[in-house]
Amino acid sequence: MSQAERKGGAALEVKFVPDEAVLRHIADDAGIKVRKDKTPLTVNVKRFVKKLDTLSDDEAQEFLEEKDYVAALGICAQDLMENGSSVGGSEVYSFQTPKRSNKMAELASELAQMPGQSVASDHSECPEKTTKTPQSSKHSSSNKVQQKSKKNDFMSTTPYRLRKRLAAPDAYLESESEYSASCSEEEEDEETQKEVSTVLSSLKTPAKAKVASTPPSRKKVTKKKDKMSNLVEEYFEAHSTSKVLTSDRTLQKLRKRRLNQQTLHDLLEKSPLAYAAEIEELNQQYESLFSKWMLQLHLGFNIVLYGLGSKHDLLEKFRISMLQDTVHLVVNGYFPSITVRSILNSITEEVLDHIGTFRSPLDQLEFIIKRFKEDSSLELYVLIHNLDSQMLRGERSQQILAQLSSLPSVYLIASIDHINAPLMWDQAKQSLYNWLWYETTTFSPYMEETSYENSLLVQQSGSLALSSLMHVLRSLTLNARGIFRLLAQYQLENKDNPSYPGLSFQDFYQQCREAFLVNSDLTLRAQLTEFRDHKLIRTKRGADGVEYLLIPVDDSTLTDFLEKEDEDV
Amino acid sequence: MSAGSVSKGCFVFKPSPKKRKVSQKTADYFREGNSDAEDSELRFATCQSLWKHVKLEAEQIEEDLNKQLFDNLVSFLRRSHSEFQEKTTEWNCRMKSREIPTAALVLGVNVTDHDLTFRSLSEVLQNRVTPYVALLQAKDCPGIKNLMQKLLGQLMNCYVDVDSEEDDYVQTSQNRIRCSMTSLITWYESVTKKTDFETPSKKRTSSRHWQSPPVVVIFKDMESFTTKVLQDFIVISSQHIHELPLVLVFGIATSPMIIHGLLPHSVSSLLCIELFQSLSCKEHLSTIIDKVLLTTQFPLKLSEKVLQVLINIFLYHDFSVQNFIKGFQLCIVEHFYTQPLSVLCCHQEEVKKRINSLSHNQCENIRRLPSFRRYVENQTSEKQIALLTTDGFLKETVQQLLEDLNVYHENYFPVLRCLHVFTSSLPKYPLGKQIRELHCACLENRVWETEEYESFLQLARMLNKCDLVTMLQKCVEILVSSPGKEFDKTVEKLKEFLTQFQKLEAEACQERDESVSSQKELQKKTDLYHLQKTLLELKESRRSKKLTKFEMLRFEVVDYIDSIVRNYLVPADHKTLHEIVYFNTASVLREHLNAAPRVALHTALNNPYSYLKSQALRSDGGSISNKAPDICIVYKLHLECGRLINLVDWLEAFSTVVTAVEGPNADAPSSDQVDDVIHARFIRAVSELELLGFIKPSKQKTDHVARLTWGGC
Repeated sequence: MSQAERKGGAALEVKFVPDEAVLRHIADDAGIKVRKDKTPLTVNVKRFVKKLDTLSDDEAQEFLEEKDYVAALGICAQDLMENGSSVGGSEVYSFQTPKRSNKMAELASELAQMPGQSVASDHSECPEKTTKTPQSSKHSSSNKVQQKSKKNDFMSTTPYRLRKRLAAPDAYLESESEYSASCSEEEEDEETQKEVSTVLSSLKTPAKAKVASTPPSRKKVTKKKDKMSNLVEEYFEAHSTSKVLTSDRTLQKLRKRRLNQQTLHDLLEKSPLAYAAEIEELNQQYESLFSKWMLQLHLGFNIVLYGLGSKHDLLEKFRISMLQDTVHLVVNGYFPSITVRSILNSITEEVLDHIGTFRSPLDQLEFIIKRFKEDSSLELYVLIHNLDSQMLRGERSQQILAQLSSLPSVYLIASIDHINAPLMWDQAKQSLYNWLWYETTTFSPYMEETSYENSLLVQQSGSLALSSLMHVLRSLTLNARGIFRLLAQYQLENKDNPSYPGLSFQDFYQQCREAFLVNSDLTLRAQLTEFRDHKLIRTKRGADGVEYLLIPVDDSTLTDFLEKEDEDV
Repeated sequence: MSAGSVSKGCFVFKPSPKKRKVSQKTADYFREGNSDAEDSELRFATCQSLWKHVKLEAEQIEEDLNKQLFDNLVSFLRRSHSEFQEKTTEWNCRMKSREIPTAALVLGVNVTDHDLTFRSLSEVLQNRVTPYVALLQAKDCPGIKNLMQKLLGQLMNCYVDVDSEEDDYVQTSQNRIRCSMTSLITWYESVTKKTDFETPSKKRTSSRHWQSPPVVVIFKDMESFTTKVLQDFIVISSQHIHELPLVLVFGIATSPMIIHGLLPHSVSSLLCIELFQSLSCKEHLSTIIDKVLLTTQFPLKLSEKVLQVLINIFLYHDFSVQNFIKGFQLCIVEHFYTQPLSVLCCHQEEVKKRINSLSHNQCENIRRLPSFRRYVENQTSEKQIALLTTDGFLKETVQQLLEDLNVYHENYFPVLRCLHVFTSSLPKYPLGKQIRELHCACLENRVWETEEYESFLQLARMLNKCDLVTMLQKCVEILVSSPGKEFDKTVEKLKEFLTQFQKLEAEACQERDESVSSQKELQKKTDLYHLQKTLLELKESRRSKKLTKFEMLRFEVVDYIDSIVRNYLVPADHKTLHEIVYFNTASVLREHLNAAPRVALHTALNNPYSYLKSQALRSDGGSISNKAPDICIVYKLHLECGRLINLVDWLEAFSTVVTAVEGPNADAPSSDQVDDVIHARFIRAVSELELLGFIKPSKQKTDHVARLTWGGC
């Protein structure tokens, strides 16, 4: 079906390609694992209805207005920035949406099929081929639908497609796949299928009629002509369904050991950095701006760097080449326990050589401002890596930093990475900061910045937890260590039980008594309070009101710990 | 010395004390970064002095504009104060009702400019009314206690500043501990008593301030204060108003209605509010543009696009005049930094000297200017050779050309203003309501070739006499007051038109008598048929009739204006050597002031080729090469997912792509076993996406992450 469409040539004709057709292609041609595709069908129908709806004039109007605005801001094509990044807002802010759950695998195979090796020789052919692959036809057509601007013939062809689609929906829905959903979902599947067919049949009847005659259940959607409300509804639609259409595979089943930080680092060290030469070229381009930055810093502006890629090395180079003879402060914003207070402290203590504490950061800031105003010879350069980090992005921190940076003899140069970073600043803060924006897209990996992060895929830093465990326990009495051991052992015995709530206090007390570790309820409680203060255990109240005790450390660390303990004894 | 640690996030570096002396000056950076180091010192000096002048001018303008407002405020304070001092009955009755005199200062939404306004306001107050001015900001006052603390701190400090007595400071710092209204009152009493006592010795203070001056408390951003704090403060201070002459000033960004929105009636009835309106930021901007950009006073000019960018930032983003001026500062810096010939961008008196001291390199720079090349091409061949080979001759010519350019500006601005007089009063404002729009239109291209100009001419030909005469008079005024020397003739001509109009008036009086008689005739015939007939006849006659004298004259006037416009309002980039005085790289300005970080990220992720110029990355349209950096591939894959992303699927997809690139012939491990290196690369890419804010870990399902970006379909 879609291939026939291809032959139609370059005419901008958009046809609705039912999911099944695409599925068939994928199943037959590419041989990619196909998962049971349940709800997407309904979602698609909904979307289809909406699309017809949004195609109306006000949509186009909206689009035009947006363009006007962009043009008014001068980001239009007539004078491109050198890198040609004249992307309109509509493109940037509408991130592509969830279409179907196995879309990712599809795209991956599509990308994989691209003639990778011979790119250098016939790179012009490469994009062509991608468009020729059958899978992409759906992709591109849906993209065209997204563009929404002038495709009105799309409406006329759809009813036919829908009828066709109705003819054979079930065959593909029921096709087995290796990703069987969990049992609980099975029944719901049946329901959804029924729902789908009812929706489809009700769509079939008014096939040749207009949009208004969509099934009653969807009327709510169609009624709203307003684009904004539509967007809102779509948002909640995407976020309301409790059922998430992803496969249930977990990393554990992958038979992969989790990498820890060190091995990760080593592995990455080994793999060569792609496009090193080009990245170097980019960096050199930015390095030539260093003295311009210095000039602008001295003229009262502050500099903020943005763009993809770590700017850590660039700033470090800037520091080494320009700031050697000056007093300067480097702040690693990505450091997990950085606070404004620590920044202010290092200014007052180390730069201003002030001894003493302050009641609040505001007082401290006032003191700093006073000192800088009194002594005009004082100069301070502040480099902040990741001004938008978790710890610094708060309103109060930003306010203080902004006020600090507004001092004429404090020169701030900072980098931001988060896509929403500019939202941190309101007009008042922005004018305090007095930014000059510089785009420094470096493409270099965020090694430093992500090294502190507790990434999902990285094994939680077991070594650190273990050493702290040992450290704390060693300072405790023998009895206390025994108590902790008991708890740890019990937890390890139950490690295969996924719904293990912890050891209840009463049971624990009983066990401790039997081991002659405590003689009263109170002593145990006192001991537990000490553990809790050191964050060795966590208590949780169960549904029945009983207190359960848990050690918030993963099992492997706990095993290691017990082994070490045994060695010691 | 590297700044990396697992226990610390801040690092202070200090140079060794010996080195500290050799700190570079700003001028050095100016020179260093310049590829074209010609005359850099002179350029920097010119740049700085120009900026200083502009800044002074802008401040002066603001002061002038605020003068009216401040005068009103001061007189308001005087009134409230005099009542307190004289203890008149009116005051007494107000005292009974415990009303606090309050000035509501409506400042507009351009919050960033308020700071400056308040600073000058408190300066004015301190100079003319009272030393006791406290400025409060919402963020300093989360509770009433903090508010009182801040208030007392500021008041007592300022008192210390006035008297500069050491021992008082200790006292105030002690007072700080218990900040209450009573302590404020005792302080006020002691202070006023002291000044009363000291007045003979300190005449200056007494002349500046009145006796028992009021205490002015300014709430900078009234809207952001918590209601409770405001209410408490007002209620408390209204209890003490008979002991303490308190005056409140509310800075309001939105509308005065907000007072009633924030305060319940019981509280707002304690205030005696008078409204003051500051000038709108648009007017302020117009004045700035008028006085800074549309004059010959400052040698640097902005090109159309640059001005448009600055105005757009103002109109679409912040309404902040301060930011506009900052943008202008950036223009100045950029121009002098990038254009080596900007050394000639100075006042006319100095140009000659500077031209003579130009080096050979600079002469070559001049020869390379496109506008100069165009000029050369139009010269005779001997002259061409001379211009291209002899520096001396070149310098002479350049001097002449720069003088021409100056004369052009001297003529341009008055004529622009004249044209604006006409366009601004026409219906629908064919060439824009504001003079800046007209200015942009004139700079962009030949204004007389545009459609808008055509419609302007048509509309102008329909003006009535009264309007036309007043406009002509205004034009004469503008031209007479302008410094341009060529306008004598024009003024004469315009005056001649005016006298002709006067003559017409006299003639018209005579004509009117005739028309009146015809009118009378008309009145006689009352039946409809005849009326219609006469009207038709009248119409016929009017159509065929020759133009009246007035109409002829009007055509003449409009044609004359048209000729002036064509003569003087030539776009600047048609002028030779305009590059020297016009700053025209709008893209730089936009990039640095109105950056789009999200666009940059988007481009980098979707089309890495635009940054990394490697042939392998080249691709067309929306597709992305599979050799793209890891993060781009991971990003592209994640776009295809819904709200949650299964990491395993993601990893598999990623490894499919990556292994395909690296070659299928390299013995591929079993499909679900992923290479360690690829795994590591995937982890890195995913955590990078997390840092960028595209995903976050999710606890809804094991090994899933949630997408954070969401858009329409």
